[in-house]
Amino acid sequence: MTTQTKAVQKPKTVKSERISGAEAVIKCLLAEGVDLLYGYPGGAIMPVYDELFKYKDKLNHVLTRHEQGATHAAQGYARVTGKVGVAIATSGPGATNLVTGIADAQIDSTPIVCITGQVAKHLLGSDAFQETDIIGISMPVTKWNYQITQASEIPEIMAKAFYIARSGRPGPVLVDITKNAQFEMFDFKYKKCTSVRSYKPVPKMDMGKIKAAAEVINEAKKPMIVFGQGVILGKAEEEFKAFIEKTGIPSAWTILGLSALPTDHPLNVGMVGMHGNYGPNRLTNECDALIAIGMRFDDRVTGDLDTYAKQAKVIHFEIDPSEVDKNVKTDIAVLGDVKQTLAEILKLVNTNSHKSWLQEFKDHDVIEYEKVIKNDLHPKKEGLTMGEVIKEINNATKGNAVIVSDVGQHQMITCRYAKFNQSKSNITSGGLGTMGFALPASIGAKMGAPDREVVVIIGDGSYQMTIQELGTIFQTKVPVKIVVLNNDFLGMVRQWQQLFFDKRYASTEMTNPDFVTIAKGYHLDAQKVTKREDLADAVQKMIASKEGYFLEVAVEKEDNVFPMIPSGASVSDIRLS
Amino acid sequence: MEEKQIYTISIYTENNIGILNRLSAIFLKRHINIESMTVSKSEIENVHRFTFVVKMTENNIRKIIGQLQKQIEVIKAYYHTEDEIIYHETALFKISAEHLYDEKIQEKLKFRRAHIIAITENYFVIEASGLKIDIDRMYKKLKPYGLLQFVRSGRIAISRPKMAITELLQEIN
Repeated sequence: MTTQTKAVQKPKTVKSERISGAEAVIKCLLAEGVDLLYGYPGGAIMPVYDELFKYKDKLNHVLTRHEQGATHAAQGYARVTGKVGVAIATSGPGATNLVTGIADAQIDSTPIVCITGQVAKHLLGSDAFQETDIIGISMPVTKWNYQITQASEIPEIMAKAFYIARSGRPGPVLVDITKNAQFEMFDFKYKKCTSVRSYKPVPKMDMGKIKAAAEVINEAKKPMIVFGQGVILGKAEEEFKAFIEKTGIPSAWTILGLSALPTDHPLNVGMVGMHGNYGPNRLTNECDALIAIGMRFDDRVTGDLDTYAKQAKVIHFEIDPSEVDKNVKTDIAVLGDVKQTLAEILKLVNTNSHKSWLQEFKDHDVIEYEKVIKNDLHPKKEGLTMGEVIKEINNATKGNAVIVSDVGQHQMITCRYAKFNQSKSNITSGGLGTMGFALPASIGAKMGAPDREVVVIIGDGSYQMTIQELGTIFQTKVPVKIVVLNNDFLGMVRQWQQLFFDKRYASTEMTNPDFVTIAKGYHLDAQKVTKREDLADAVQKMIASKEGYFLEVAVEKEDNVFPMIPSGASVSDIRLS
Repeated sequence: MEEKQIYTISIYTENNIGILNRLSAIFLKRHINIESMTVSKSEIENVHRFTFVVKMTENNIRKIIGQLQKQIEVIKAYYHTEDEIIYHETALFKISAEHLYDEKIQEKLKFRRAHIIAITENYFVIEASGLKIDIDRMYKKLKPYGLLQFVRSGRIAISRPKMAITELLQEIN
């Protein structure tokens, strides 16, 4: 009886429970608020899958048809929600198949956590079945990665993984877990991570720099803003809008900045970069102050650096100190969380309107409309243009849809012409230019924003890189609207071959299958449009559908995307034809 | 064209597996050769110190430092020019025993920070330390005797300016 008394009197300790490493992984995910993940099972991750089976009421695992699809779906989810996307795969080929998505997430700063199984600790380095050094492979393309070899490490490392993925400049984290660690029993306790001593996610704001920047902005006669995804990642859309509306500064976007500011905002002057708008590209070299906000001066944005905005004072709002002066020399670097720095500078800038300067952008728009846009959106020729398809989608969705695009001509056309009313609505692979991104990303986007219309626009080349994800769409019944703009070419490469390689069309023409039949094989409603008079109705029908839908549009085979800054040329040398 | 020069990079990191890969990958990605490298403990417990020597422009070294600094487990990265540091390298020369009593060799050892650290029947080993140039000179002098083996360490360096790493760690914590 004494033992019983003792047991009753035992002091309360911190709650912990004895569970397996595999179950701990699930509990960590739940503790981080994850209710959805994408993946593909296999030998070295089976203990975790066994737990996923037990926890399926709390945690929805979506089986993609390829691990690459799992990463892109996680990215799509992260991009529409602002939350961390999760992908899971087995060791060896499962892990290596994640690499493209991880690299994409790294260069586009998308918060994802990838979990991979690994052979048991005692087999590491023995070239065991499906062993691959995914830590070594993924190191240059992850924000952080870690190999767990014992269960007791799981809670701390998983907490750290989510913290690192989402904080500061977000990015992908990979956690590799040996099979023995998944089986091992241990006392589980979870504590969220709030800091890592060697990691400073947000640099300190310097009021001196903000004052200096405000002075330049207040004195500028022709200021121009180029904003990027940093505005979206920093959840600073409102602060950004307040800042530009007070200062009256014309604002152009990079493709990842698109949708941070409504397309029809009077100060939205369009896209910069290789296929961006005429005005913002040309006027980059005429402005007296260039205010870069949450963007990184990608070479596709700047063209030739030696002739880029040399006349302007450059102000760079940035969270990542390594981006400052990386490509473009900055006069004033305003480091910090853009939500805070913009809120601070708002107090110091004068109310202004740069009417005649803004008019210069409009004058350029007129030229671009005459030379390019008119023919894209209201073509006189017989063949359908990609632009008019986007125009019909705009008409049908009123700018309220999430638009996912892949990589190539259709992507540039989509970014140029798609209308957006709200942020986090343009999902595309910017930095890495990953063909095959869109179809799986659209699955994640729709699951992340189930109440919004999700339209995914893909070229015939990109589509076939991850076409197997139709299986995921079919199985999960996720109602995405798929539009394939089919020109039977790898259009962008063909365009370069035409312009820079004397029309030698090396391996860019595609003999395509019957896409409608394929879609129907996956029990998707599907339609193909070849004539202009059928286009509007087909798009309306697609948008009206409550289920997933496939629409193929046969577009002109050899159309080119203009304007265009030839590779290595100056933004001033942008071509209209 | 901005001129390239020798820089010594000191990186304080957490002591975790794989950091060397993460750091060297940053040089690899930019096609930069690492001239020498040393890894050791630092003055702070559980903090490791990497010393890289590279030849590049100041503009590029700044960018590299930014990239190194950005790695989660890097606490702080610094770069220094030659006159900002006190540095040292060590080399070992293995020479056939027949030259052991050669007066010229003895003579050569006199004037430098060099001495014999091992003697066997067949060979003896000279240790020399100093600046890179000292070791280069010693190498030139000893080479005619036929080096059975030669090895040289990476650079170790102490900066003349302060590297406020302890304060930095306290601030972070």
